[in-house]
Amino acid sequence: MKICVLVKEVPDAAVQKRIDTGTMRLDRSGENNLNPFDTHAIEAAMQLKEGGDLQVDEVVAVTMGPGSAQRALQKAVALGADRSVHLTDDALVGSDVCATGVALAKVLESESPDIVLLGQQSDDGECYTMGAVLADHLKMASLTQVVKMDVEDGKLRCERQAEYGYDTVALSLPAVIAVGDAINEPRYPSLKAIMGAKKKPLDTKSAGDLGLNPDEVGEAGSKTTVVALNPPPAKEAGEIIEDEDTAETVEKIVNWLDERKLI
Amino acid sequence: MAGILVYALHDDEGNFNKNSLGALSEAARLAAELGTEAAALVVGDVSDEGAQGLGKYGVTKVYRAKNVPEGLAQPIVDVMAKVITDDGFSYALFGGGLLGFEIGAGLTARLSAGVTMEVTAVKVADGKLVCERPILQDSEIADVGYVSEPGIIIGRLNAFDVKEAGGNAEIVDVDVELSEWSSKAELITRGEQRGADVDIEAADVLIGGGRGLGSAEGFDACEDLAGAFDNGAVAATRAVVDAGWYPYAAQIGQTGKTVAPKLYLAVGVSGAIQHKVGMMNSETIIAINKDSNAPIFEFSDLGVIGDLNKIMPKLTEAIKAKRA
Repeated sequence: MKICVLVKEVPDAAVQKRIDTGTMRLDRSGENNLNPFDTHAIEAAMQLKEGGDLQVDEVVAVTMGPGSAQRALQKAVALGADRSVHLTDDALVGSDVCATGVALAKVLESESPDIVLLGQQSDDGECYTMGAVLADHLKMASLTQVVKMDVEDGKLRCERQAEYGYDTVALSLPAVIAVGDAINEPRYPSLKAIMGAKKKPLDTKSAGDLGLNPDEVGEAGSKTTVVALNPPPAKEAGEIIEDEDTAETVEKIVNWLDERKLI
Repeated sequence: MAGILVYALHDDEGNFNKNSLGALSEAARLAAELGTEAAALVVGDVSDEGAQGLGKYGVTKVYRAKNVPEGLAQPIVDVMAKVITDDGFSYALFGGGLLGFEIGAGLTARLSAGVTMEVTAVKVADGKLVCERPILQDSEIADVGYVSEPGIIIGRLNAFDVKEAGGNAEIVDVDVELSEWSSKAELITRGEQRGADVDIEAADVLIGGGRGLGSAEGFDACEDLAGAFDNGAVAATRAVVDAGWYPYAAQIGQTGKTVAPKLYLAVGVSGAIQHKVGMMNSETIIAINKDSNAPIFEFSDLGVIGDLNKIMPKLTEAIKAKRA
């Protein structure tokens, strides 16, 4: 059985993110990191492999992105993936959700996974949609925002919060599961694993290698277009107190509340 | 017709979701401006009365797929894809909520359609819909248009107000054969409530606890602080509810409650968008957090940067003393 884990390189959380108004795309020139939600997907894959309820032969990390995105794959491998696949091509630049789905589905098809795991959202786009997009392309069962996953009778028994409380869903394989950050506590990679990550197999693929038509990916294949970028309505900045002397801080809060008749 | 199709979510008792009703009202408004019609789509056991009643929100037609279960996205993708294709809908609209994200995403793949999510407003420009989508922690708003039809619009929670306008809608029963893979997920239990049944919607003061509390025990201090106020209660973020620190009934945000108390005092809450949408209409917002970069400070009236474990007990004492 094979598990593919999708990973993405995103701007580091500490970086002030901005849009390049020339291209209307996210400026990715600063410090980048592995999308935090994806570390939970990798951990979920490792727990399935180590748990023994399913015979998992291989965990493959998959990404789409520029050359630098290899670093996200190396981190995924350091966290336990056996090898990785990097889809990279200038033709893919500027892909929206629809076009990204087409491209990622093709690279996943070439791997024929039994389970696809991914983080429920990326730190940069926050679209929450890729899991369900890929499931439809791959014709697999799917669930997103999963916070608990167990193997039961060869199926994945998953729990997640929906509109009315917690839902429990059993999915037959193959399946695409997008996980939330409450699902597990990702392990830290060992120094040995980090050092060894570069030695694990990395397969680089172009759009052409996968038979992707240039018209269906990148900007050409995108079905949405950002027509303008505006600042949000101005909001009066709130007051800020830095706590140095707690007694004084508390007095300030109480006075602030009292002035507004909130006590 | 070139109309707008809206998925209307309902619970096991047949009550429609408030965000779905808001989406119906919004679709009716936009359809009028576009010179077309808005329709609703429901699945499962929805009565004639229930379906027709959706006309009140301005839709003229309600598609009903009785043989398709409510609660999981993939069968609903099958139904919506067929209705959109057969009847030539130009847009599909969803209110805020998790299922709308999944159905909308499935339609994106199935129909090779553009999708915009977390939409806070929709406008008409040159006979087409353009969505306003806040990005980068709400620091910018992107106007997103569609280059082809259909276009998929997934609203942010509470983005669309419920407005009653029209009368009854015509019911169109549809029978759809489900895709083989759409039946591979089985809903075993739906809407399970976890933890005590607490009421946070009636409180004047809410102490909202997040992961920064460090552990379930951190909520004891929140309860003490809430108790110091008149009509105070404790609310929680999704992360701590998923971790089992506090009951689901106290959860605020995307998959929880929407509240608007006189005072919302957030402790150890980072202020993720999914939480923000559930409490941003509070009259006054105070945040205590040790991380000065926490997004919650962007929309707080008073921000306190410091250690909540030091501040909270003293604040509780001081408020009790003030009220004594």
